[in-house]
Amino acid sequence: MSAPLKTGKLSAWIEAVGLLAPGIPDWATGAKILRAELPYQNAPTLLPLPQSLPAAERRRASRVIKLCIALGTEAIQHAGLAAQNLASVFSASNGDGHNIHAICEALAQPDRMVSPTRFHNSVHNAASGYWSIAAASMQASTVLAAFDATFSAGLLEAVVQVNSGAVPLLLLAYDSEYPEPILSKRFMPDAGGIALVLTNAPGPHCLARIEISLSQEGLPSPMDDAALESLRRSIPALEGLPLLAHLARGTAASLSLRYFSPTHLAVEIQPC
Amino acid sequence: MDALELTSYTATTCLGRGLDAQLVALRQQSSHLHPCDFGDATIDTWVGTVAGVDETRLPAALGAYECRNIRLAYLGLQMDGFEQAVQAAIRQYGAHRIGVFLGTSNAGILETELGYRQRDPITGALPPGVDYEARHSTYSVVSFIRRYFQLSGVSVVISTACSSSAKTFAAASRMISQGIIDAAIVGGVDSLCYTTLYGFNSLELTSRQACRPYDVNRSGLSLGEGAAFALLERPASQPDFPPDRAAICLLGYGETCDAHHMSSPHPQGLGAKMAMEQALSSAGLHPSDIDYINLHGTATLSNDLAEGRAVLELFGAQTACSSTKGHTGHTLGAAGAVEAILCVLALKHGIKPGGTNTQTLDAAIGINYLLKNESAGLRYALSNSFGFGGSNCALVFGLTP
Repeated sequence: MSAPLKTGKLSAWIEAVGLLAPGIPDWATGAKILRAELPYQNAPTLLPLPQSLPAAERRRASRVIKLCIALGTEAIQHAGLAAQNLASVFSASNGDGHNIHAICEALAQPDRMVSPTRFHNSVHNAASGYWSIAAASMQASTVLAAFDATFSAGLLEAVVQVNSGAVPLLLLAYDSEYPEPILSKRFMPDAGGIALVLTNAPGPHCLARIEISLSQEGLPSPMDDAALESLRRSIPALEGLPLLAHLARGTAASLSLRYFSPTHLAVEIQPC
Repeated sequence: MDALELTSYTATTCLGRGLDAQLVALRQQSSHLHPCDFGDATIDTWVGTVAGVDETRLPAALGAYECRNIRLAYLGLQMDGFEQAVQAAIRQYGAHRIGVFLGTSNAGILETELGYRQRDPITGALPPGVDYEARHSTYSVVSFIRRYFQLSGVSVVISTACSSSAKTFAAASRMISQGIIDAAIVGGVDSLCYTTLYGFNSLELTSRQACRPYDVNRSGLSLGEGAAFALLERPASQPDFPPDRAAICLLGYGETCDAHHMSSPHPQGLGAKMAMEQALSSAGLHPSDIDYINLHGTATLSNDLAEGRAVLELFGAQTACSSTKGHTGHTLGAAGAVEAILCVLALKHGIKPGGTNTQTLDAAIGINYLLKNESAGLRYALSNSFGFGGSNCALVFGLTP
C-alpha cells in the first residue's frame, strides 16, 4: 500500500464514461448535449435489454439492473477493457423501488407470499450481483448507500480503491424512482446514472486526470442549463453531471460536488 | 496491508448486550435462539432477538430516527465504553478526520412494511410515521451516528447483503491508509423484519429448529439481529499507549464475487476461497498460521458445503473452525462485524469456540469443525462472510506484536 498522503488529496485517471438519464440515451448523445451541440429535451429514461445476461437472469432483471448493465457495458466498451478484469464500486441511494413496493404490498396481505426472485432482487447489491454474472468478473465489488451523496460517495471510494491496488475499476453511480406510495416519501422522477472507468495511470483512452479531496468550502457546482440543473438536483447519481460536462468539453475545472453537509467533494479536472 | 488496531469494540446480539455477554455465551457454548415470536409473524422457524430494543428511546433531538434498527444501533453503541472511545478519537483527530462505515441490509424497512398495513383507504398514502430518510433509507443508520457524534468526515453504508459489515473493515482500512481519515467507526447493524423472515422462508432457507451449522442434518438458517462496532486506528497512535500491551489488529482482508448466482453460492466455493487467499496474502500469512476460522456457516445445505470445500482446499483438515450462528443466529448485514468481534474475543481470551446446536458433523465436508471449546493461545483468526449476489469477504485479525 502507498504511504499516507498528508494532504488528503488523491488522483486517478478517467478512461471512459457511461451515461443514461431521462432524455439522454448514451454518453455520445450526452456529450453533445453537455457541449450544447444538441438541445436537452426531458423524456423518460430508455433502458436497453441486458443482452449480456444469461436468459434466466435477463428475465429477472429489474429496472435498476438494466440501468447498471447498460451503463457499465457502455463505459467498458469505450475503455476497450475486458469486463471481467475490472473491480467495481456501485453506489445508489436505494435499491429497486418497484421491487420493494411489491414486497411491502405482499407483506400487507393476509398470506404474506413473497416471491423468491423478488426477495433476492431486494438486496441493495442486486445490480452488483447481476453485473458480476454478466461480466463474469470475480473481482471485488462493493455497494454503497449514501442517500443524496450517491455520486460523491461512489467517486471517493472508487478513487481510494484505484490508489490501493493495481486493478482498473468501474464506478457505477445510479438511482431510480419508487412508485407510489413511497414516491411521496422519497421523490425521484426516473432512473439515471453515470459510469466511469478509473485507473491509477493514464491509459490509451484517457479523458482526464482528476484529483479529489474532502472540503468544507464552497457550494455544489450547478449546471448552466436549467433543465440539466433540475436533473442534477433530482437524481442523486447525476450529481456528477458537472464533471461530465468538463469531460465532454475537454476543459480543466475545479468543482465542488454534494457530499454530506458541511462537507463537499472537491474535484480538480485536468484533461489528458 | 498496514495493520490497524481495534482500539475499542463492542457487540450486542441475542446473547446479550456488550462483550461480557458474548464471552459468557462463547464460554458456555450457549444458544439464545428461540421459536419465532417476532411481531405477528407466523413462520415456523427460530430466531435470535435482542431484548429491550423496542423499549429503547433515542435522544430527543434525534427522535426522527426512532425505529427498531436505529434503536438497536443506539443500544449497542452505549456498551463497553465505545462512545467514550469515539469521543476521545474526536478530541485527538478532529470530527472531520473520523469516518463512519457501517453495514446493514434491512435498515429500517420494518417501519415501511408496517406502514403498508395502514395505507389511506382512499388515496393509498402511507401514514405520516413512515419517514423515508431517517428510517427506511439504507443510509439512515450512518446518518444517525454521524449526527449523534457530530462528525463531518467520510460516512457511508456498505450494503452487500450478508457480507456488508465485514466489508466496512476493508473500506475503512483503505481510507486510513490513503490518508483520507485517521480513524474509523466500522461495524454493522441489522434487525429483524418481515421481508427477511418471509423472504428467506420463500427460498426454503429457514430452519424449523435452531440452526445447526455443518451438521449432516442441517436444515437451514435461523435469523438473528445485532449491532457490532469497532474503532480502527493506526497501532500505538493513542497518546497513552503502553508499549508492552498486546494490540488486537485487523491484518488483512479479501473481497471477491462469485459471478455465479444471485442466491446460491458457487458450488466449489471458488469465490470464497479466493477471498480467503487474498485476506491471507494481504496479512502476509500462510494458511498454517491461522489458529481459528469463524465460518460464515449459515447452516443452509449449500452454504456449508461450498464454504467447507473452500476451507478444506485452502487450509486442509487440521485448522480449527466453527460457526457462531448457532449461538447468535444469522445477523445478516451485521454478521460480518458481530463475528469479527467474536474472533477478537477468541484471540483475547484464548478460546477456540465450539459451535452450538450441531450434533453430527457432515462427514462429506471433512474440516476440523469444533463441537467443543478448546483453550489455546491464539495469534491469528480468520472470519468469513458471504452474501447474496455472490459477495464474499474474509478478514484476518491478530494479536500484535
